[in-house]
Amino acid sequence: MIADALIAAAILAVALATVAARGGFTAVALFIAYGLLLAFAWVRLGAMDVALTEAAIGAGLSGALLLGAASRVARHPVTTDRPPGRAMTAAIALGCGGVAVALAAAMLLLPDPAPTLAPSVAANLGTTGLGNPVAAVLMSFRGLDTLLESAVLVVAVIAAWSLAPEGGWGGVPGPAQPVVGDGPLALLARLLPPLGILVAVHVLWIGKDAPGGKFQAAAILAAMWMLAWMAGRASPPSVRSRSLRIAVAAGPTLFITVGLLGWLTQGAFLAYPPGLALPIIMVVEVALTASIAAALALLVLGPPERRA
Amino acid sequence: MTAWGALPMLAVMLPVLGMVLALPAGARGAERITLALLPVGIALAIGTAAAVQASGAPLVHLLGHWAPPLGLAFRADGLAAAMLVTAALVVTAVALFARADFGTAAGAPEARTAFAFWPLLLALWGAINLAVVATDLFTLYVALELLTFAAMPLVCLSGTRATLEAALRYLMFALLGSVLYLLGIGFIYGAYGTLDVVLLSDLARAELPTYVAVALMTAGLLAKTALLPLHLWLPPAHAGAPPAASAILSALVVKGSFVILVRLWFGVMPGLAAPAAAQVLGALGAAAILLGSVAALRQERLKLLVAYSTVAQIGYLFLMFPLLVAAPGHEAYAAKAWTGGVLQAVSHAFAKAAMFLAAGLIAVRIGQDRIAGLAGAARLLPVPVLAFGLAGLSLMGVPPSGGFAAKWLLLTSAIEAGQWWWALVILGGGLLTGGYVYRVMAGALTGDGTQPALRRPDKREKIVLALAVVSVVLGLLPLAAFGLVQVGRLDLAP
Amino acid sequence: MTTLYGLLGAALVGIGLFGLLVRTDPLLRILAFNLMGGGIFLVFGTVARRGAGAGFAADPVPQAIILTGIVVAFAATTLAVALVVRIAAADQARDGTTDAP
Repeated sequence: MIADALIAAAILAVALATVAARGGFTAVALFIAYGLLLAFAWVRLGAMDVALTEAAIGAGLSGALLLGAASRVARHPVTTDRPPGRAMTAAIALGCGGVAVALAAAMLLLPDPAPTLAPSVAANLGTTGLGNPVAAVLMSFRGLDTLLESAVLVVAVIAAWSLAPEGGWGGVPGPAQPVVGDGPLALLARLLPPLGILVAVHVLWIGKDAPGGKFQAAAILAAMWMLAWMAGRASPPSVRSRSLRIAVAAGPTLFITVGLLGWLTQGAFLAYPPGLALPIIMVVEVALTASIAAALALLVLGPPERRA
Repeated sequence: MTAWGALPMLAVMLPVLGMVLALPAGARGAERITLALLPVGIALAIGTAAAVQASGAPLVHLLGHWAPPLGLAFRADGLAAAMLVTAALVVTAVALFARADFGTAAGAPEARTAFAFWPLLLALWGAINLAVVATDLFTLYVALELLTFAAMPLVCLSGTRATLEAALRYLMFALLGSVLYLLGIGFIYGAYGTLDVVLLSDLARAELPTYVAVALMTAGLLAKTALLPLHLWLPPAHAGAPPAASAILSALVVKGSFVILVRLWFGVMPGLAAPAAAQVLGALGAAAILLGSVAALRQERLKLLVAYSTVAQIGYLFLMFPLLVAAPGHEAYAAKAWTGGVLQAVSHAFAKAAMFLAAGLIAVRIGQDRIAGLAGAARLLPVPVLAFGLAGLSLMGVPPSGGFAAKWLLLTSAIEAGQWWWALVILGGGLLTGGYVYRVMAGALTGDGTQPALRRPDKREKIVLALAVVSVVLGLLPLAAFGLVQVGRLDLAP
Repeated sequence: MTTLYGLLGAALVGIGLFGLLVRTDPLLRILAFNLMGGGIFLVFGTVARRGAGAGFAADPVPQAIILTGIVVAFAATTLAVALVVRIAAADQARDGTTDAP
């Protein structure tokens, strides 16, 4: 209980400091701390799957993305609106306080005992062959959401690339990275990726029965690749590269194909043939991991802006 | 589960699959995939509408055979069927129109805009179809994100500083809308243990968590639908995009969040909706009609005028809320309001797509899009100007047009409901709309040809005219034809 | 204990909303949007934890929704950041040319 209170107080303090921060860098640094602290909260809430994802994506990839952006925007801050005056700020603070109070009240008035689908998931877990209930929800009961989300990532990559500046189209995503010869970054970039790949494979594999799965594995893979890239040890291919595009599209394509085959053979989109659910799900998971990892890395890199 | 349920499922999944395949296929391949999917999509949409009409019941498809609350379902009711057909026809017109701007000749290098346009168009199509047939509130959230991610880059496809800023503003509004909606879902699940709209229609209780959730989701969806006063992002975003993109953004994208709002108010919580809150929504709609039309009247650029007209026309959609909420025991006028609202969404889609495409043709031919410089446009471009005028008639609500039928239904419903004030707004809005359409037409019809009066026939003119004609012909259909949109209304379920 | 995190989520949404409305630097707004996202996911996490049962420490359905939500929110963040960086670069190029004699 004391641990929870401390975690909650720390998260609250870091969030307030982020909103109040003067410069972009300070705010981003605080935000990374926020992501890490949230991961602790997830552990305390019994959601290990979420804790892993939050640490990898919320703190890791978002951190790398935002730090890079802060350094690129620092010389030229973009402001589109005028800041509100003192009275307006006070009014907004009052309004936001009201919203928070209403949310808190709604939270306290939720019915007890809480409605839950946990028994329903447990009763049907056997049909999937999976031991991890979250993976079963993601790949079977609510497989459509996961499928659509993998498609959302493809749209996001297309959207990011469409923002290529004049002369950047057809080039390589992301700003140029100097090769780092030595120092801690170079060392990390040499040592971590092989280890990270092993961890990712492990996380993907155990994800069928324990916390883990494609999102976590993909985030780790993307982070490893980003590390190598930042040290100048890896370079993305051009956005015209057919194999890069296939890598991004393969997972969702396979998933949709499996869904359509389910309709043709079993009469419902995403219905798995009895007994074959687990192998099909695992194949789709592997393909999705690769595609999601590629998409996440490409999204952190951003639009193509320089020649290969 | 109905056998025909696969039709709406395919209407969602095929454009999504096409979008995913379009990435490795490249711009030229993506264009071909899109063109191949157009007839398929129209057939699926019309098939869905015919099956719904014939059976008088919604088509249902359970994904993976899992029924809600554990699983997810697609459910095409009359409203969904009408929107599927509208989306398929508008996407088809826009795609055919866009070939001139975003086509890739054999052997030509892939251009950035062509690379992006086709998959984004497919993504928008799939997302709209998903938004009208999905019954799970979180699946609908994914649909909203798909819409936003595909619409944002279309806003700034030209890459100018102004459109980038419009895209950023749009993205910020859209993301705020998304997170508010998502937060509402959290409370719905916490209160009921399901996110399925059909199940919730029997479960919802008048309690604080429900009201907080619905308030959050409504606010989020209003930001995405651009209802005044959350409309500030729309005019620069829709006016700065290429014509084909503007057409799809104004005709379809804002309707996705509108349909979800209808599901929320009349699906999740029929009978719980507070009349006072519905009056507020109606009042915001009325303000949008009047202020949006006045703003349109004052614009100097044609595309901005058309964009502000969208702000105003969105307002009409919200007049159905107070008329439906006050409805128990007054089924006749509630049914009119429902049909009027849906018909407004449909006829505006055709009329606005026609207007933006016509404005695009005019701007390209004349070399600028200032309304003051339109003199002689009717001689240079008789067909686009005619299409603009026909679409304008529908927006004004002049009989016989789709817009007239929509506004007449809303107006008579308001009078029968004793809420005569909405009728005044509809009449006033019609006059103002007439004002800004007249400004454009008067400018285009006068002038004796300061420009060389060379006719350059363009096949695209026929596409634009076809859209405008559909928006008018909708009003010639017998009222019975609109019985379709009543099928499967959850607020009527016993 | 669970309720504490729910209340924290409510507070974080309020803080994030405030930042979104008051800060004008788009990068800080993106951060505020993510702060809000964290609060929303905590609300889901609390709902999941309250629904613990059938041998699970938390209801798996809201957990799955959070995972999907985190990835979507991340994609949204990358797009917003790409736009901001692009606008900053455009301004830089413009000012660079006007600064030159």
